[in-house]
Amino acid sequence: MDINDKSIKMFSTIGPRATLGLSALEIAKNDKDLVVLTCDVSTSAGLDRFRKTFPDKYFDLGIAEQNMIGVATGLASENYKVLTTTFAPFQTMRCCEQIKVNLGYMKQKICMVGIASGLVLGTLGYTHCCIEDVGILRSIPGITIISPSDSLETYKSLEKALKHPGPTYIRLTGKSNNPIVNKTDYNFEIGKSITIKNGKDVTLFASGSMVFQSLQAALILEQNKISTKVVNMHTIKPLDKEIIENSLESELLATVEEHNVMGGLGSAVSEFLTTKQKKPKQIFIGVKDIYDKGGEYEYLLNKHDLTGESIAKKVMLEMQ
Amino acid sequence: MKSSSQESINKIKIFALNIRKKILDMSLIAGADSSHFGGALSIVEIVSVLFSDIMRINKENPLWEDRDRFILSKGHACLAYYAALSEIGYISNDELKTFEKNESNLLGHPVINRNLGIEFSNGSLGMGLSLGIGVCLGLKKKNMKNQVYVVLGDGECNEGSIWEGAMSASNFNLENLTVLVDHNKFQQTGSNDEIMKLDNLREKWISFGWETIEIDGHDIEKLKYFLAKDKEKKPRAIIANTIKGKGFSFSENNNSWHHAVMTKKFYDQAKEELEKNFKL
Repeated sequence: MDINDKSIKMFSTIGPRATLGLSALEIAKNDKDLVVLTCDVSTSAGLDRFRKTFPDKYFDLGIAEQNMIGVATGLASENYKVLTTTFAPFQTMRCCEQIKVNLGYMKQKICMVGIASGLVLGTLGYTHCCIEDVGILRSIPGITIISPSDSLETYKSLEKALKHPGPTYIRLTGKSNNPIVNKTDYNFEIGKSITIKNGKDVTLFASGSMVFQSLQAALILEQNKISTKVVNMHTIKPLDKEIIENSLESELLATVEEHNVMGGLGSAVSEFLTTKQKKPKQIFIGVKDIYDKGGEYEYLLNKHDLTGESIAKKVMLEMQ
Repeated sequence: MKSSSQESINKIKIFALNIRKKILDMSLIAGADSSHFGGALSIVEIVSVLFSDIMRINKENPLWEDRDRFILSKGHACLAYYAALSEIGYISNDELKTFEKNESNLLGHPVINRNLGIEFSNGSLGMGLSLGIGVCLGLKKKNMKNQVYVVLGDGECNEGSIWEGAMSASNFNLENLTVLVDHNKFQQTGSNDEIMKLDNLREKWISFGWETIEIDGHDIEKLKYFLAKDKEKKPRAIIANTIKGKGFSFSENNNSWHHAVMTKKFYDQAKEELEKNFKL
């Protein structure tokens, strides 16, 4: 697919889920081995056109996630490129042991996409929010975890994940009309973070929807004379240790994620940091290890200090 | 039922005899670590008919694309599986002796190793049927004629994922799929009736849209007949009524042999019984 201003804007308008469906459709045109498996979520995952265009590449397993992962594994073992998708909690937790055995232990190459992860479905309650997926999957050896920063990166992640030699999980956060982080085409490599903005006082390591919010925070911080680096940690596992190593001169490190503060990007960064003799302090910005009352997406982002303004405030408080 | 030639039945009987001998040897090797003895013995005839007669196999090439696929969903019964793979030449007798030893390819539950003929890692119950469904869908999509055989335990049918799979296999009209339920009436800590009633398994599989047959799972002739029989355009379930620990007086229907230590005394007794009871 051509990446230009128009397509980037279109991706952003339709949001991560519709981008997923569109991306799968584009990839399937040139890849005879791609098959897509869902659990009765073709519309939610933007896959209605895919289903109609490629009925022989589309399998709906009904509302049965454990079976979906098993069936995906059987197909992968017959050399198909398999994409599975459903809402993030069901994609990662309902079938967690199947993921452990089939993708982890057996190393079968499947690309799982968790749609509407994080807090975006907050009005539906925490059954449908997902603040645990990264923590859970990170503990299973061999699974690559990608959290795209915007819709363009969703497309790029999917393209790379389907070519990746091992199993992958793509975590989609945000909603339609989601902010554009990557304004022009760029090189996306799994495991290689992208430093979007340089700065020497503070480094913000962010993933998914929080990359944009961290850029917003950086604007405020710069106005307050705090030089801020923003790193798009789109791959949470394997972690880009080199960029952390190169950020040790900062006075403060902050990890920012639309995920529980336990188990996710913050934990991953901290696991590496703690092996270093000299290191700056790290603060964890994320959902505060609680199943709280639900609400609209923006409301919950505010509540958990996950907006540019709140992130900047937290950093400034530490820097005083 | 058209009877098979005595010669072909005798061949399977000898295969089954050899599997039981190898199960005994491996369980003795496992020593104090013990092994899943009873549930392996109940599937000996099932795997023997499949591996020595029914399945398309290339003895020179375990990776042969046209091979039929075998999935041991009740992975703890791997003694019978490893023995069968050894009988067809994929696993050497020396390798069998590594059963459950450090760094072995042959642990107490199968670990995927296509060079040895082990199609998938199994052991966590309730997962093998879904794997088989995925393989069947993939084969059908490529217009390949291979058959897929999945062996389930009856206790394993407690798992909800089995019924997710059962529902979807008939939904996709998978006529290339056969499930054999090893219905030995026991599970780890008691009988099916004591732990979780299965009631009429046959009716359950019929109601999920499967062609369902219930037979004596130690009757080689019947197994061969129904496994070879032309299929309807739907998946087939064979409820194989079996005896846990089949073959030895001390272990038959004795659930303490679910996972037990094989002593030299029992080993010698079992060897003696095998020779004495074997008839062609």
